[in-house]
Amino acid sequence: MIEMKFNIFRFDPEVDREPRYQKYTVKAEPWERLLDCLNRIKWEQDGTLSYRMSCAHGVCGSDGMKINGRCALACQKLVKDYQDKEVLLEPLPTFKVLKDLIVDLDKFFERVEWVKPYLIAGAPPEKERSQSPEESNKVETAIRCILCACCSAACPVCHENSDYIGPAPLVQAFRRIFDSRDEEKEERLKQLDYPDGVWGCVNYFECTRVCPKEIPVTKSINLMKREIEKSR
Amino acid sequence: MAFKHDVVIVGSGLAGLKAALEVADGLDVALISKVYPTRSHSGAAQGGIGAALGNEEPDSWEWHMYDTVKGGDYLTDQDAAEILATDAVRAIYELEHMGVPFNRTADGRIAQRAFGGHTRNFGEAAVKRACHAADRTGRVILDTLHAEATKRGIRIYPEFQLLDILMKDRSVVGLVVYEISSGKLHVFHTRAVLLATGGFGKVFKVTSNCFANTGDGVYLAYRCGIPLEDMEFVQFHPTGIYGLGVLISEAARGEGAVLRNSERFRFMEKYAPTIKDLAPRDLISRAIITEIREGRGIDHRDFVHLDLTGISKEKLSEKLSDISSFAEIYLGVDVSTDPIPVSPTCHYMMGGIPTDLNGHVLNENVEAVEGLYAAGECACISVHGANRLGCNSLVDLVVFGRRAGQSIRRDLEQLDWKSLPSSPDARPAEIIENLKTRSEGEKAYVLRDAMQELMTRSCSVFRNEKDLKKALSELEDLKNRYQNVKINDRGDSFNSDLLEAMELERLLGLAETILISALGRRESRGAHFREDYPERDDENWLKHTLIRQTDSGPEISYKPVTITRFEPKVRTY
Repeated sequence: MIEMKFNIFRFDPEVDREPRYQKYTVKAEPWERLLDCLNRIKWEQDGTLSYRMSCAHGVCGSDGMKINGRCALACQKLVKDYQDKEVLLEPLPTFKVLKDLIVDLDKFFERVEWVKPYLIAGAPPEKERSQSPEESNKVETAIRCILCACCSAACPVCHENSDYIGPAPLVQAFRRIFDSRDEEKEERLKQLDYPDGVWGCVNYFECTRVCPKEIPVTKSINLMKREIEKSR
Repeated sequence: MAFKHDVVIVGSGLAGLKAALEVADGLDVALISKVYPTRSHSGAAQGGIGAALGNEEPDSWEWHMYDTVKGGDYLTDQDAAEILATDAVRAIYELEHMGVPFNRTADGRIAQRAFGGHTRNFGEAAVKRACHAADRTGRVILDTLHAEATKRGIRIYPEFQLLDILMKDRSVVGLVVYEISSGKLHVFHTRAVLLATGGFGKVFKVTSNCFANTGDGVYLAYRCGIPLEDMEFVQFHPTGIYGLGVLISEAARGEGAVLRNSERFRFMEKYAPTIKDLAPRDLISRAIITEIREGRGIDHRDFVHLDLTGISKEKLSEKLSDISSFAEIYLGVDVSTDPIPVSPTCHYMMGGIPTDLNGHVLNENVEAVEGLYAAGECACISVHGANRLGCNSLVDLVVFGRRAGQSIRRDLEQLDWKSLPSSPDARPAEIIENLKTRSEGEKAYVLRDAMQELMTRSCSVFRNEKDLKKALSELEDLKNRYQNVKINDRGDSFNSDLLEAMELERLLGLAETILISALGRRESRGAHFREDYPERDDENWLKHTLIRQTDSGPEISYKPVTITRFEPKVRTY
């Protein structure tokens, strides 16, 4: 067992005027996840600590937070990689904090909805629509997205410009634009062709660096920019 | 606040969403979920969704039905299995039309791969039946149905947790729901309720299930006097990452991975000579534990190896990238060169709220409860019998979720608004008040850990009367101690301390129904293996268990299995 030290962002709008940081020490096995440490702190030491979590293995996308300054999923980070110094846990930046490590994602999901994250196509055949493996591979990385919001939280443009649509909704748009079955490619590209759409991205690559599912986010955005330029 | 909707669906996984889409047109339907919908546990389904499309090789729905019945060790209700197998084909095309990004064959059709227990020509050899999107099939279907639901303007209440089902004259009239962000109690007045609240794997210590899987709908139905069916049948998936329980999909074995013991022997050859590593889950989990008990666990420890090194790197990255990354993240293992340490992990509940083929919840007299429906893992149709086949869960959700939605549509004309009871939220309000004001007592995690420990020790892959009885008496003690459970957080906003304490009541109640049902069934069938009764006994036990809460405690009864096409016979693979 390793003794892990944490410094955790605390804020309860019901009681606190401003945020504070609270220190905790907890024992954990090297192979355990930081989420396991958080749970132990919550269950054994301080039930008032709040964070979201569910699947605990990087599929549901609930436990995005800032870990030592970097946006990540607490269930994907192991104790052995953080044992040397105190671990700083903070909520995802750019979003409004609701309590402790929980942020308001309503606007994030509204923006995902805005890109029409569903297939738009005419009447289907009796069986499946035809699609070659090469065509289906074009969206292979984009379908990994779990909407954890780490990319949008980490994006420096999102910090400064709250109107920028942000990387996650753009990945969702990419998934449909490059799906050979979708019939609204032109309209979808037109929708994103504005300063706070795809052009808001200026290649910081932070989204790509933090993506827990290793989606080439920046590259995907640039591919959409190229498609827009081609269609002009 | 009081809300009023014609139909309220609880749970936003695939069953809830599919039902909501069926009900939506012209009717006022609301969907409540304790997590944000895209976080639902359907999204963790990896390997595939089964349907006899025959895209890769000849297949037929009848073979699929047979595999489902045999996989369920003949406890499967065969009318349900026939619907599942025939309607699966339509359901897959419907999902494709909605945009689900399935992998493709070279000629542009939906690709399919082998999966445990799915065979050609009634057991001859493995067949490729699992349609898939890499190893994130559940997640992409969840995202697709969720987007469809928001497009159709279905009212979703995210982070709203079910606390009580309101009944009047044996009909459902509404729900009491807790808004997690504000701590407010709300009453939903409604004409029809669909429970689609998923499983309750959190009863066990090692599980592939998410933290949200606490059986809320199942326990609350039980508390209303609804019997629960076949609760002893708990599926342990053979390949959970050792210690963590994180699932490594059967798709790995479908693509060519094999299980090996400490002698590097592919031991499934011994237990299932025909389909080996593609045998059903109950059989493989027993084989793994047997190897470990006989001293052939790796380094004499309690796990074996899942060896993916025979699979090409290309296929690993194209078809199994999520599980490859799980092995890398959690174990530092490169699956192309090294094996994964695995052991059985609690994965799926075959039992649950009894329903007919159209989602109507059935009472102890096998009559429909007015206004109450169930679908998905929380329901027991029973289409999975004593052991569910891989790939049959997702197809159950979309086939029977849809049927439940359709029957709500049909029934709604006859379902009148009934008045709510006076102070409908009095009971949950009192429970919350008690929890928040109690200053002396034990914390929930102490009791939860003890429950998970004892269930894992006594009621897993192998069971016997002595251990089950001991577990039951230990559980009684935990239930008594629960009366004095104490929490830390007295706040209103995101008080998960409070919610987890309330969830524990459900888990304890469900653990008891599992133990009592398991103790009752003196035979071995599917996932329920009794060391003291190691044979299947069709003469006495080809029947479903029902357990019901009465004033004098839980009461067991039984009901017959529906057999249509396939008479029970010896189950070998």
